[in-house]
Amino acid sequence: MGALLEVSGLKVNFGHVEAVKGIDFSLTEGQITTLVGANGAGKSTTLLALSGLVRKAAGQVVFGGQNITRLPSHRIVHLGLSQVAEGRAMLTKLTVRENLELGAYHRRDTDAITSDFDHVLELFPRLRERLDGYAGNLSGGEQQMLAIGRAVMARPRILLLDEPSMGLAPLIVQEIFRIIKMLNDEGLTIFLVEQNVRQALKIAHQAYVIETGEIVLQGTGEELLDHPRVLEAYLGI
Amino acid sequence: MFAQQLINALSLGSVYALFALGFTLIFGVLGVINLAHGAVFMVGAYAALQAVVLAELPIWAALVIAFIISGLVGLAIDILVLSPLRKRDAPHLIPMIATIGVAIMLNSAAQGLFGADTLRFPPGVVPDGSIEAGGLHITAVEIGIIALTIVIMVVLLLGLRRTSIGKALRAVAESPRAAALLGIDVEGLFRKTSFVAAALGGVAGVLISLYANAVYPLMGQPMLHKGIAVIILGGMGDIRGALIGGLFLGFAEVFAVAYIGSTMRDAVAFGLLFLILLVRPTGLFGKANERKA
Repeated sequence: MGALLEVSGLKVNFGHVEAVKGIDFSLTEGQITTLVGANGAGKSTTLLALSGLVRKAAGQVVFGGQNITRLPSHRIVHLGLSQVAEGRAMLTKLTVRENLELGAYHRRDTDAITSDFDHVLELFPRLRERLDGYAGNLSGGEQQMLAIGRAVMARPRILLLDEPSMGLAPLIVQEIFRIIKMLNDEGLTIFLVEQNVRQALKIAHQAYVIETGEIVLQGTGEELLDHPRVLEAYLGI
Repeated sequence: MFAQQLINALSLGSVYALFALGFTLIFGVLGVINLAHGAVFMVGAYAALQAVVLAELPIWAALVIAFIISGLVGLAIDILVLSPLRKRDAPHLIPMIATIGVAIMLNSAAQGLFGADTLRFPPGVVPDGSIEAGGLHITAVEIGIIALTIVIMVVLLLGLRRTSIGKALRAVAESPRAAALLGIDVEGLFRKTSFVAAALGGVAGVLISLYANAVYPLMGQPMLHKGIAVIILGGMGDIRGALIGGLFLGFAEVFAVAYIGSTMRDAVAFGLLFLILLVRPTGLFGKANERKA
């Protein structure tokens, strides 16, 4: 199992501020890798840079052997890198069904799309009842489910998740993490960005800790759960 | 008499709707108030006139040529002006101001090439025939205008509802960023929208110049003001709104002329518009507190 995604020397600037200061990390195929850190540490910026939505000041991103550093966003999605953005990026004026259909926008394999559609509704039965309602009328948890389901509809090779637990009730958070684990068990490679450090480390195979744009710790999820610095800074022990 | 006014209002309103349609598409999808849309409208009229006068083409072919040429002008505006501004994350007002510059350039170019005089289509370009029924008088131009507007409206509305590209367009309209993350080629859709919107504006230009039989460099200017009024009335970015708003303005103007007097035409139409906005500040189809992500 080699690295499916290899990031080296990634830098992102916002004006004169270095938001991400030359970080390296890699995602192993079939694993859950997490990037945890506080608000403003550079997590979301890193994800947006991977998807080509913010300009990279330096560095390289290699996905499955192909250099995707300078590709436009839609090409990156077509290659198999799908992102569930922070705040879910709902298309509130489209129905739930239309949102899901748009997830498979670039695909032409009609039969497989239909089976993925059914699969998503199995994963998230609550969406089935709301298929023809507007996405804007869903609860926060349902919107997160729709956002994940929509990304799955692209049949990605890697799923990037930006704070899927944000603003959700504890029970819903449990449910979302259970689904993430399940998708991974089906073989999907996952890159999870979280402020909910404990939950993220619990399900992650590999983990990185980011502080003010730099990666300060890395290891397996288990190792970092017990790491004194993590315990002190993020788990409040 | 009343029925005759209805028909006049319907054809005038249809042209306004067609013009506003391209205008509202650009606003809805690109988020830009394109103040060059009036100039593109003028380009369409000149393109058709040249096609008829120089190439001696029939009017339907001239319409196709106007569609293509004004579409290409719209495409050029996006590639040369709007797209570079997007790449630099220019704030909202900047693209609007830039399109004023484009409008001035196009108007001057038209004046330089064709002179400032009002030009007319040669007689016989449009079938002279008209239908007379029960005292009503409908010209071929009016029938053409109404039919073309209905067809274009239906195609656009169905296309946006039912097709995959229509869904993608609605996604881009709501959030370009979310659309890009779904693998939608947002820049590509901006280009297509720019082409189609300008092409529709150009066709509207041909139709109004046939209706009024006048082509002149600044013909887009009054139209631009009406177009802005129409899409504000209809709800910014809404296609049904452009249709209803356009028809409303057509009816208001025609009936103002018929029953109040031609000098009061714009005063009455825009006064009514203001009253409606007092009651519904977001326009007929606009939703309250809409904000683009």
